[in-house]
Amino acid sequence: MWTWFYRLASPPHVYRLAATLTPWFLIPALIAIGYGVIDGLAFAPPDYQQGDAFRIVYVHAPAAWMSLFCYVTMAVSGAIGLIWRIKVAHAVSAASAPIGASFTLLALFTGSLWGRPMWGTFWAWDPRLTSELILLFLYVGVMSLRTAFEDSSRGDRAAALLAIVGVVNVPIIHYSVVWWNSLHQGATVARLGKPQMTPSMLWPLLAMLFGFMCFYGAVLCMRLRGEVLQREGQSRWVREALNP
Amino acid sequence: MSGGAAVGGFWAMGGYARFVWPCFAFAFAVLVWNLWAARRYHAQARRRVQRALAMAGTQA
Repeated sequence: MWTWFYRLASPPHVYRLAATLTPWFLIPALIAIGYGVIDGLAFAPPDYQQGDAFRIVYVHAPAAWMSLFCYVTMAVSGAIGLIWRIKVAHAVSAASAPIGASFTLLALFTGSLWGRPMWGTFWAWDPRLTSELILLFLYVGVMSLRTAFEDSSRGDRAAALLAIVGVVNVPIIHYSVVWWNSLHQGATVARLGKPQMTPSMLWPLLAMLFGFMCFYGAVLCMRLRGEVLQREGQSRWVREALNP
Repeated sequence: MSGGAAVGGFWAMGGYARFVWPCFAFAFAVLVWNLWAARRYHAQARRRVQRALAMAGTQA
């Protein structure tokens, strides 16, 4: 089983697999996001309290979910790289960081624009907002730490450690609206019971979430190819692949 | 409601246009940047390796 695992995680295999998978993620992503944007903006009914401002949820919530998902992916792959010394795992971790950081920035920006009409302010030091801002700093820290060492394997290890330590922030972000008094609304979709949204509002949101997930998959594959090339530049398989 | 008024109402977003449209515009920019940056990163890595290979070939 381990032989299979290591063969699966071998750089040439991952490089080729990422190229094959990219369109399989990108095309569904574009379709789902296109449907979500059109349905969410034009056909979903306005919210009875928030009016049309609620439509911001169609980019805000998927971006916020993805900011957490990318972070967990980055930390788990960093841990795999540390424990099993799989180089590709560190490459996945490195490739996830800028994507996750961009989703976090998007979640903060759209949340801020949502907060202005709903709360009367662009920013409040609310537990959810503050912990999400800390997540952005963690992403920046992980990316900076990775490049701070001349020896890239030391940079990988240091970045993986910081990513793993920072995982503690993920449940804090998720449960901040439960644990503390927060301006931010509670969970409306990810509830154990029935979601609080009507299906005509929920479907575009689910489509956007699916689209963002697939989009992350596509961009991760594209970045991963660059990471693998960067790390394996001296290998024979790279020479053969680029100089056929 | 006439077609023009319906379109105008859509763009007005119930008076929240200045909040809703920048969110979607920024989201679009973030998605496009991600694609562009990932492509560029791969292309740069590829060029760097090819340059190194060419130099190694010249030296040999």
